[in-house]
Amino acid sequence: MDVQIFLIQVLNSVQYGLLLFLVASGLTLIFGIMGVINLAHGSFYMIGAYLAYSLAPAFGGNFVLTLLAGLVLAVIFGYLLELLFVSYLYKRDHLQQVLMTYGLILVFEELRSILVDNDVHGVPVPPWLAGSISLGDLMQYPEYRLAISAVCLVVAAGMYFVIARTRLGMMIRAGNSNREMAQSLGIDIKFLYRVVFAAGVALAVLAGMIAAPVSSVYPGMGAQVLIICFVVVVIGGIGSVRGAFLASLLVGFVDTFGKVLFPEVAGIAVYLLMAAILLWKPEGLFKQG
Amino acid sequence: MDIRAPRVLIPVLVIALLVVFPLATTGFYLEFTTKVMILAIFALSLELLVGATGLVSLGHAAFYGIAAYATVLLSPKYGAASAFWLLPAAIACSALYALAVGALSLRTKGVYFIMVTLAFAQMAYYVIHDTELGGGTDGIYLNVKPEVALFGWKLVELGKPVVLYYVVLGCLLLVFVFLVVLLRSRFGRALAGIKDNEQRMRAAGFSTFRYKLTAFTLAGALAGLAGFLVAVKDGFVNPEMLSWHESGAVLLMLILGGMGRLSGAVLGAFTFALLQLFFQWDAVFGNFSKHWQLLLGGTIIASVALMPNGLIGLPAQWRAWRARKLAGGADA
Repeated sequence: MDVQIFLIQVLNSVQYGLLLFLVASGLTLIFGIMGVINLAHGSFYMIGAYLAYSLAPAFGGNFVLTLLAGLVLAVIFGYLLELLFVSYLYKRDHLQQVLMTYGLILVFEELRSILVDNDVHGVPVPPWLAGSISLGDLMQYPEYRLAISAVCLVVAAGMYFVIARTRLGMMIRAGNSNREMAQSLGIDIKFLYRVVFAAGVALAVLAGMIAAPVSSVYPGMGAQVLIICFVVVVIGGIGSVRGAFLASLLVGFVDTFGKVLFPEVAGIAVYLLMAAILLWKPEGLFKQG
Repeated sequence: MDIRAPRVLIPVLVIALLVVFPLATTGFYLEFTTKVMILAIFALSLELLVGATGLVSLGHAAFYGIAAYATVLLSPKYGAASAFWLLPAAIACSALYALAVGALSLRTKGVYFIMVTLAFAQMAYYVIHDTELGGGTDGIYLNVKPEVALFGWKLVELGKPVVLYYVVLGCLLLVFVFLVVLLRSRFGRALAGIKDNEQRMRAAGFSTFRYKLTAFTLAGALAGLAGFLVAVKDGFVNPEMLSWHESGAVLLMLILGGMGRLSGAVLGAFTFALLQLFFQWDAVFGNFSKHWQLLLGGTIIASVALMPNGLIGLPAQWRAWRARKLAGGADA
C-alpha cells in the first residue's frame, strides 16, 4: 500500500470513527445516566438522514439551514419521546427496556415508510463543499468528508467542554457515577434525564444528517449503526464518553483497514476486535463507576 | 373446586386440541400452526436463558438460523440426508456457536451481555449474508427433505404436512417436558438461584459460570432444534432468520406470554403469531395491513407500559387491581 492510499484510508477511518462517536456517545450517556438501554438509538440516525433528505426542498437546498432545522426538531422530538415513552422505563428491568425500544424501532421504521417511502435516496453534497483537495500528485480527497470530521471534532470538543467545565456537566458526571446520590444532593434528576436524552437524540440525528450525502439514505441504515455502536460502547465501557471516543476511532480504523486488507472477512473484523477486548477487559477499556 | 384444577386441565385441553386439530383443517392453518409450534420451541429455548437464568440474550436467532443453514448446507444436493445424523449435526453446529459465544459473553453482565450477544449474532448474520457460504441475501433451498428411514424402510414422511405437524407437536411436548424436568432438577434449582442472586450462589460454592455456560449452550441447542424443524418445514432458509429482528421477536414472545413460566413462552408464541396474522389481515385493516409493523410496534409499547407481567400475569394483575380498588372503597 503506498503512502497516499494509506493516508486516504486513515482519513476515511477517522471520519467514520468520529461519526460513530456522535451516535455512540449519546447511547453511552443515556445508559450511564438514565440506566436505559436504547435500541431505538440507531433509528435516530436513520431519522436524521431522512430529515436531511426531506427537509432539503423546504430550505431550497441550503444545507446549513436544513441542519439547524433538523437539530431543533431533534431536540423537540427527543424531549417528547422521553416524556411519553422512555420515562416509563427507569424503574423497569433491561428486558422491558429492550422490548419497548424495539417496539419504537418498528414504529419509526413504518412511519418512515408511510411518510417518505422505502427507496434509497441520495442527498447532494452542498456545492461549496463539493470540491476535492489534492493529496500528492494523483490522489484527491473530497472536502465534504473532511468537513464531516471537522464538525464531529467540534462537537466532541464542545461535549468535552460541557461535561468537564460546566455546571450541567458536573450534574451529568454526578448522575453518571451515582444516580441516587446525585438526586439526594438536590439535582433535579428528571430535568437531567430529559436534557441528556434530548441531547443524545440530537447527536444521533446530527450524525445521520451529515452522513446522508456520503452514505445515501436507505431503510436499514439505523440497525447497522446501532449494532456497531453497541460494539463501540462495549469496547469503550458503558457511560464513558472518553471510552466511546477512543473506541469509535479504534472501530473506525479496524473496519476501514479490514475492508482494504482482508475484504473477505471485513464484516467480522470489528466483532473479532470486540471479542479480543472482552477476553482482555470484560468491562471495556474505560469503565465508569 | 380444587384451585389447582385449571393448572392440570388447561394443558391437557390444549394438548388435546392440538392433537385433533389436523382432523379439522388442512392447508394454510395446518402449516401456520406447525410454524407456530416451531416458534414455541424457539421461545422455550430462550425461556431457559431469560426466564429461568435471568440472562437476557438479544442474539438468540443466531442459533436458530445456524442450525437451519446447517440443515440445508449439510444435505446432499440431489438426495435425501438421513435425519438421524442431520438433526444431531445441525444441533451440534448451534450448540458449538452457543458455547463459543457464551464463553465470551458470559464474562459480562446485564446490559453488556445484551449488547454482546446481539453483536455476536450480527457477526453470524454477516458471515451468512455476505460470504459465498450462505447464498447471500436470497438464501438457499433445501432440495430434498431429510428422510427418517431404518434399513431402507421409511418410518416418517417429513414431506407430508400432517406428518410434519405431528413430528413438530411431538418435539414441542418433548422439549416442554424436558425443560420441566430440567428446571426441577438440581441444575434447574441452581439456575433459579443464579437468577435470584448470583453472588450468593457463588458464596454457596457453585461455579456459576459453568452453570450459565451450560444453560447457554443448551438453549442454543434447543433453538437449533427449532431451526432444523423450520428448515425442513419451509425447505428454504434466508439470512433474515438470523437477524436481530428475529431475536427481538422471540424475546417479545416471552414477554407477551409472561416470563418465568414455560407455558408463558408457548402462549406468547401463539399470541405473537396470531397478532402478526391479525395485523396483516387486509379484510380488517385494508390497505393499512402492509404497515402491520406499526400496529405491532404500538402493541409492544403498550404491552410493556401496561402489562409488566405479560398475558399470563394478567389474572394476578387484575386481582391486585381489584384488591386495591376494594381497599380504596373501604377507606372512602
